[in-house]
Amino acid sequence: MPPRLTRGGIRSTLHLYPERKHRHERNSMSQAYIVGAFEHPTRKADTKSIAQLHAEVAYGALQDAGLSVDDIDGYLCAGDAPGMGGLSMAEYMNLRKLRYIDSTDTGGSSYVIHVGHAADMIAQGKCDVCLITLAGRPRAEGMQTGTAVRSAGSGVPDEPFELPMGRTIATMHAMVAQRHMYEYGTTSEQLAWVKVAASHHAQHNEHAMLRKVVTVEDVVNSPMIADPLHRLDCCVISDGGGAIIVAREEIARKLKRPLVKVRGYGEAVKHQMAGAVDLSYSASVQSGKTAFSMAGCKPSDIKYASIYDSFTISVVLQLEDLGFCEKGQGGKFVADGNLISGVGKLPFNTDGGGLCNNHPSNRGGMTKVIEAVRQARGEAHPAVQVKNHDLVLANGKGGSLCTRHGCGTVILEAV
Amino acid sequence: MATPAFDRIPVSPNEDPDNKPFFDAAREGKLLIGKCLDTGKTFFPPRHVSPFTLSNNVEFVESKGLGKIYSWSVQRGKEPYCLAYVTLEEGPTVMSNIIQTDLDAVKIGQSVKLVFKATEGAPVPMFTPV
Repeated sequence: MPPRLTRGGIRSTLHLYPERKHRHERNSMSQAYIVGAFEHPTRKADTKSIAQLHAEVAYGALQDAGLSVDDIDGYLCAGDAPGMGGLSMAEYMNLRKLRYIDSTDTGGSSYVIHVGHAADMIAQGKCDVCLITLAGRPRAEGMQTGTAVRSAGSGVPDEPFELPMGRTIATMHAMVAQRHMYEYGTTSEQLAWVKVAASHHAQHNEHAMLRKVVTVEDVVNSPMIADPLHRLDCCVISDGGGAIIVAREEIARKLKRPLVKVRGYGEAVKHQMAGAVDLSYSASVQSGKTAFSMAGCKPSDIKYASIYDSFTISVVLQLEDLGFCEKGQGGKFVADGNLISGVGKLPFNTDGGGLCNNHPSNRGGMTKVIEAVRQARGEAHPAVQVKNHDLVLANGKGGSLCTRHGCGTVILEAV
Repeated sequence: MATPAFDRIPVSPNEDPDNKPFFDAAREGKLLIGKCLDTGKTFFPPRHVSPFTLSNNVEFVESKGLGKIYSWSVQRGKEPYCLAYVTLEEGPTVMSNIIQTDLDAVKIGQSVKLVFKATEGAPVPMFTPV
């Protein structure tokens, strides 16, 4: 008997099928590998256009992989790419063999999610080599990313209720921190440890915007931006970009780079839920669950983690949501150098992250994947490279933790 | 040391056919929230579509304008102001500002009441400690 295709009435009938499983939970591993990765060295691009930056990072990733532009048959980008979806950039870069195009935009996490979409398309045989690019120049344009009230444009239904309130990226994330402190006793000093760890890593990165090692005191004594977040709790504003190339296994094995398999991935969205606001968790709860389930591993198996660090509180929330510690214990988990490579249990953002290195186009997901690839390959800076790098993770959060955001989780395996 | 809230003029809300009842009521000093008649549940922001069933079986109902601060932050600078989430007695949590108070005394759990704040367009709902 064929399956019933129609659903009756308003009420969902999906609960009638409790045995229903997501495809990835019953399927074998994907066959996608990250074969190319490139981070633009610039942090201030006064003399370059955004399209130019996209093309430069694409070229860098192709060079890294040992592939040419004509090998690309899938292209993924997000809202930072000029033009409609990926069309203008496909034309600018003269991509002529595209069989897959994807402009999923969840803000800064888009590129983490793109890795999963590329892997899905490759697994389905829809394409062979996917290019993902990100680039922007908010610093050259003098953008006040975190402290100015910004509109997404007309017709956005939430904005008439939010813009008059003067919400900024900083105050919205600060409300998450404030609530975390209230519910779990998290302290400013604990949050500061996230920045301290990032700065320990950034000192070794010649391209990092902020290379000075800072202390907990430096962070908590820096000017208050939005209570309880200080200036050093906030990420940098930088220009630049990055690119990733995802390819099928047969191609990856022909190339000369270390093999980095895309072992698991997940994505999820969270918002204000029609007034049922709960700032204690992010969409990473679900994206992480999906990714770990697909990868067949658990948080304690992960040797390195790239965690989206728009603000120090963002890291604490994601670490809890991904299961690296219990809910509410994130402050204790990050304290005392636990995120510092060679010192703590979970080395994170060994490039210096968005807090110290780079947050190109105000979107940190791409650089999260790139540093995870460097770690999986064993090509991070020797001072921060983890010894055992068989399983690494990259997690992205885009939008606002406080209102609407999308999270993407990718688990990579050094084969 | 107290930090008085800067008396800023909020940007005017963009009015459209969906939110018209809300801002029409705001002009009369009333705060409306949504109520889904399929489920009996309240919601915010109010709209003509139920966020629980997607049907249009909804009504706009008046809130008493009393609530508690769920979370808050002060945007520092020359013109400091307090962004907050306020959980209304009727259930939904709304994004707003805490005004007419010492910003250094704002606390989670604090009881607040509705005060409409004028803009160049429709007034918008803000809150002040009870």
